[in-house]
Amino acid sequence: MAAIAIPHPAPAPRRRLSPWQTWGVIMLAPYILVFLVFVVYPVTYGLWLARHPQSYQTLFEDPVFFRTVVNTIVFLLVAVNLKFMLALFLSGFFVHERRWIRWLSVIFIIPWAVPAIPTIFSIRFMLNPEWGIVNSLIFRLTGLDGPNWLNDPTLGLSMAMLVHIWKALPFWTLILMAGRLAIPREQYEAASVDGASAWQKFKYVTWPSIRTLYLTSTLLSMIWTLGDFNSVYLLTGGGPADLTHVLATLGIRYIRLDQVDQAMATIVVALPFVLPLVYFMMKRLSVDE
Amino acid sequence: MNKFVREAKLWLIAIPILLWTLLPIYHIFLFSISTKDSAFSGALWPAKPTLHNFVVVFRQEHFYLHHFWEQIWNSLWIAVAVGVLTLAVATCAAFAISRLKVRGGRIVMNAALFTYFIPAAFLAVPMYKAMGTYGLLNSRWSLVLAMVTLASPYAIWVLKQASDKLPWELDEAARIDGATPLQLFRLVYVPLMMPSLVAIGTYALILAWNEYLYAFLLLSHENTIPLAVGLGHFLASDDSPWELLMATALVYALPPAAIYYAFRRYMVGGLTAGAVKA
Repeated sequence: MAAIAIPHPAPAPRRRLSPWQTWGVIMLAPYILVFLVFVVYPVTYGLWLARHPQSYQTLFEDPVFFRTVVNTIVFLLVAVNLKFMLALFLSGFFVHERRWIRWLSVIFIIPWAVPAIPTIFSIRFMLNPEWGIVNSLIFRLTGLDGPNWLNDPTLGLSMAMLVHIWKALPFWTLILMAGRLAIPREQYEAASVDGASAWQKFKYVTWPSIRTLYLTSTLLSMIWTLGDFNSVYLLTGGGPADLTHVLATLGIRYIRLDQVDQAMATIVVALPFVLPLVYFMMKRLSVDE
Repeated sequence: MNKFVREAKLWLIAIPILLWTLLPIYHIFLFSISTKDSAFSGALWPAKPTLHNFVVVFRQEHFYLHHFWEQIWNSLWIAVAVGVLTLAVATCAAFAISRLKVRGGRIVMNAALFTYFIPAAFLAVPMYKAMGTYGLLNSRWSLVLAMVTLASPYAIWVLKQASDKLPWELDEAARIDGATPLQLFRLVYVPLMMPSLVAIGTYALILAWNEYLYAFLLLSHENTIPLAVGLGHFLASDDSPWELLMATALVYALPPAAIYYAFRRYMVGGLTAGAVKA
């Protein structure tokens, strides 16, 4: 990402503010305004709302909260890692040079290209215990009644994770694929000459090259998955009995109950985990002039 | 023989991928051309495929669909507004940071990155509260401005990276010829950046069209909600008309998918370029 040695403009003779700097400020102003009005003010105001210790006490006493924290951790660890292992594997598949694989990759991207609601609702009905296509297939094949997928907290959360993976997998596969394609071919050819097996090629050529990308992407995906509201809310709505909530949906649930302080407290609780990750990501990706 | 085994292995991976990807999509399509009875029977293909559901949707002949065209219009209005505004804000910012080397540009870039990394659902809570203070709740502008806030950081980042790659000599030449910064922006910068601008405009447009969480938090009046929120209303009762829901959902999902595939050339390059080097 290095700024390929762009020579900086010769320092302008010291006048007040050169027209170039003035225009720079003017053109930066709209974004600064957006940032101040819609990020800085809301966040400050939100933190101020979350200042009462009472909010946290109520929050910790809410039995839903503890369950939510556990769910969130499970969601992050299981869904994100599973997604990345799959993405790593599939990126290895999609780099094969075949015309039909290129076509398949075009189809494979659909879940990411279409909006969340239609597909999540579709999956929701597929999992309907009485009329859904999944249980009717189970019945047709085995003669047994399938489980009540979304009415069981464990199954419900698992299905939400599956939905999340379904939706986000194409994007990360693309990213890892780009990483694999950036590895010089000669390295693989040299490995072939040395008689390396496919696994050895992966272990000694591919993995060392994309390890950093893999880890950075995993961390980034963890932050974003923390904000994945749709996969849980549109599939289970947090139910049954509020047992499948994650922090993202719990915060919104409190808003719907008109307990904004509580909603903010829910988010503040997650900050000690989120902020270091955000800081780390910014160090990695920020401008490096 | 060895070659055959290798190809067979690839197909063995390809078939599950295809099923996994297409099943939920096919399911939407299946429902949208089925009658309710047929849809609820778990059949993999309707006995009598019908376009009746779409007729009902387009004629708004169901309680949940009374505002269908209005909601489509809202979705479109919001998406276009977000696309245009994000493009304007982000292009100017990227130009100022990358080409004019404005002082403090780096800080602004970091501020933008910070916004980019904050989980969207976390920012939604304070955003909702702030929109209330601004008196914008239930106005389409609240969603537009919220989405511009969410879309611009990534837009600025991508545009800045693309912008850094333009040769500096162009700016030098323009300065020597006595061009003003605005002329440089209009006559040199924007034309050269066109492919990235198309990608970013499309990105913001699709992001806004697809958004559900912010839309449903910020808008609740029947005549301001976009189609995304309208779709959510279908599940308000226990016996929802799923075949109509899926027909509407298909209509809703097609435009972004079509736009995505139309501009895929621009999108994929722009999206992955930054990530790999990270």
